[in-house]
Order: sequence, then structure tokens, then C-alpha cells
Amino acid sequence: MNDPKAHVVILGAGHAGGTAAALLRQYGHEGPITLVGDEPIAPYQRPPLSKAWLKGEADADSLALKPLEFYAEAGIDFRPNLTGVSLRRSDKTIALSDGSTLTYDVLILATGARPIVLNIPGADLSGVLFLRSAADAEALKSALGPGVRMVVVGGGYIGLEAAASGRALGAEVTVVEREERLLARVACEQLSSFFQTYHEKHDVRFVLGASVTGFTGQDGKLGGVTLTDGRTLGCDVALVGVGAAPNDEIARDAGLECARGVVVDLEARTSDPSIFAIGDVTHRPLPLYDRMFRLESVPNALEQAKQAACAITGRAAPASETPWFWSDQYDLKLQIAGVPFDVDRLVVRGDPGAGKFAVFHLKGDQLQAVEAVNAPPEFMAGRQFIQNRKAISPEKLADTAVSMKEVGA
Amino acid sequence: MAKITYIQHDGTEHVVDVKTGLSVMEGAVKNNVPGIDADCGGACACATCHVYVDDAWREAAGTASAMEESMLDFAENVEANSRLSCQIKVSDALDGLIVRMPESQH
Repeated sequence: MNDPKAHVVILGAGHAGGTAAALLRQYGHEGPITLVGDEPIAPYQRPPLSKAWLKGEADADSLALKPLEFYAEAGIDFRPNLTGVSLRRSDKTIALSDGSTLTYDVLILATGARPIVLNIPGADLSGVLFLRSAADAEALKSALGPGVRMVVVGGGYIGLEAAASGRALGAEVTVVEREERLLARVACEQLSSFFQTYHEKHDVRFVLGASVTGFTGQDGKLGGVTLTDGRTLGCDVALVGVGAAPNDEIARDAGLECARGVVVDLEARTSDPSIFAIGDVTHRPLPLYDRMFRLESVPNALEQAKQAACAITGRAAPASETPWFWSDQYDLKLQIAGVPFDVDRLVVRGDPGAGKFAVFHLKGDQLQAVEAVNAPPEFMAGRQFIQNRKAISPEKLADTAVSMKEVGA
Repeated sequence: MAKITYIQHDGTEHVVDVKTGLSVMEGAVKNNVPGIDADCGGACACATCHVYVDDAWREAAGTASAMEESMLDFAENVEANSRLSCQIKVSDALDGLIVRMPESQH
């Protein structure tokens, strides 16, 4: 079934694509591997772009997944600055943006997601920025500094991490969020209010329940952000972080089954057996929750890269993992395991006022998700409880005198 | 620069030169040494870079922070010489370091 000499083309050289290429070699794939990326640089880690890197605590070298020479040494043909234009499944070819064509035996789509743009007046002014790529991060970093007025549009993780980094660099930061609370799509109310209070202590201002109607400026340069309530916030730089959309057009146009992204199974295989899809672009099964979902996270990209590399090299599928996420803001380490589907009870353990607590999301006596702030035992144990579908006592969970090991005993 | 020997669970040895200032985890990942997953890239958030530090090197490798300690507490197959390799900074004092890897990182 598995052809060790197959030509594997990986479209997309982010965390997912880069990892899949390295794993294929690690698992003994002998055939040619072509890794096509739309950025000028080899695969790198995106998470630090809004955190350590933005604050100047990590250099470009430390971001790279592998040193550049790795690709040549491993016989991986890395081709930067290229996108896939169209996919012809009938003859297994993919047309690239430079007019060339690649023929594949096996294709891995790792095209990721892109920031959602705001279709409002002034969105093209210089100073209106996004944060997805290293180039985006360079632009943001060079715009920030002491006294710079920064407006963050969107109170999600990217926005809040950038706000914390902006404060560390001395910028004056205001976050505008359409919903009545921060992290509305991705976290519970307790966590939203905790993060708001923490950011306010660091002099971040918030405007909640307000949408941005436009950007104003002079000579092509940003000067302010106008809000639904008629106010204008003066600013030098605006970071738009209002979510991401999957880059699944090439798959849709080629007739692959898509939902909120490219539909895959637990081998990361699409509706075409010769084509896999991994990372942010996929709509994937979550067996723990018995449903399909699109995850945007590094652990998900790594898990699916492993699934695809195993399937392509004839290895047994890896065990399914509990989804997890993390975020660093100021001295806070937020770790989340699971997804809070169908939750009927929340249990808070620890004291949010002390900056060290966890919120557990239960469905009956089963743990569905945990959000842990500076609380690694709660995260680590919680992740195991979710994975093992263990019955949990909410009373023990709420009692910090009962250790997490005892909760699970 | 420090010479570090990474020993996979099946006994396969990888000897690589790692730049001062990198972490022991980065030394493995950037040299394509298998067995250290490092899902979070070194943020001390995931415990998938677990290693056993050779007894002769435990002191030189330093002690785990409270955060690392509590992450390790819930990792699998933890021993007295377990560390998260993303939290061990490489210096000249670690030239010759030997670390072994657990069977799996989950």
C-alpha cells in the first residue's frame, strides 16, 4: 500500500508542513519531498511572535523549526515564496504561482489560515496591521515603542498577547472588543474578567461592546479608529486580531469535501485518498467529543503532521490527543486542555485574586475542559482526566486541600 | 559550545554540538534528534521534552523551578533525575552532558 519512493508534495511551510516534512524523513520515507511555502523563510514557530519575540526576548534563529541546512541535508526540496494556484486531482498536479507545475504521488495540504480583514473605510492605511507571519511581527515590532498609541481591535488571545507585549515595550494600549467581554468565543466569563482586571492593572484600557467602523488618517497614514458610538480613538498603530479563516480555497475548487475547513479523518486524510490536510486549514474529528471541529493551535498542527506522516509511511495511527492551548501574558501562564462542549457545571479551584487558579468545565461527572492560570498541576491532571474520561467529584475538585493527584485517585 | 549525547529509549545515541545559550531541548530539535517532541517550543507548557539527566551531570544541570517541578509531577515515567530539557540552558559547564529519553512523551 505505502510506497516508500512516493513523491510527497507539502503545500504550506508553517508549523504543520515543516513538521510533516521532518517526520516523514524521521519515519524513513525515501522518496522525494517538496515543501512549498508562501513566505521567504523556512518553517518557524509562530507563537513567540506575539510574546517573547515581540518583546525582544527571542531572536529569529531561535524561531526556526530547523536550521536552514537541515532541509538540504535531509533531501527536502524547500521552495519559498510560492503559493499553490490550482490542484488537478485527475493527473495529480498542482500549479504554482511562478507558473510551474508539480506532480505528486501524495499531497499534504498545510495551507493554514489567514487573518480576517475588516472591510471598513481606511483599512488600507499604513499602520493598520495584522499578526500572523514573521513579516507581520516585524512591522508591528518596528511600530511599537515608548509612548506609541496602539489600538488593538479584537480582545482574543492574539490581541491580548500583543497588548501585554505592547505595554512591555512602553506603548499606550487600548483594546476594542465587539462583545461585552474579552475572549468571548474561547474562554469562560471568570477567565475573561480575570484577564481584563490583570490587563487594567498594567494600564491597558478597554472599550467593550463597541465595533470599529473605520480607520482615519492623513497622507495614507493611520491617525485614529472610529467606533460605533461615534467616538474616535487617536492612535499611531492599530492591530487587527478578529480571528482567522482557513486557506481552503484550493481544496474547495478541486472538489475535496470541505466544511469549516478541509474535512479529514484521524489519519489526516481528505476525501481523496492521495491527499492529506493538516493544521489550521482542517475540519477534523475530535473523538473525545464525538464531533468535527476546526482547531487553531500548534499542538493540533503537530498531532496531524504525525497522523499524516504515519499514514504515508505505513505506521500505525498515533493515539488521539486531547486538544490543548497556551498563552503567555505578563507573568501569567494560561494553559487550556480540552474544549468546553455541552458543559453543565463550572468549578473554580484556587483564588483568581491571587493570580493562581483553574476553571474546570464538567458535563455530568466528566471533565470536558480546564483553563488553568499559573496552575500547571491543574492543567496536567485535568488533561489526563479528560483523556481518560474519568469520573470526577466536583467537591474534591473545588477543594484546594485535596491535591490534584488525590482528586484523580 | 557543548557536546551533548542524547540517548533514545531504544539505545540509539546522538552526539551533537550545541551552542551555548540554547536549551538542551533546542539542541535536540534543531539537530533532528528524535524523541524530544517539545510541542510548546520551550514555554514550559507541555512536558513533551522530558529527559533523564545522567547522574554525573545532575548537579551541573541545575535544579527545576517550581513551574517545571509541577509540570514534571504529572508527566509519565518520572524519575529522580527527570527534567524538562527546555529548561536546561547549555553552557560550557555542560560540555559532555548525557541525557536519556523516556519511551514516549505523553
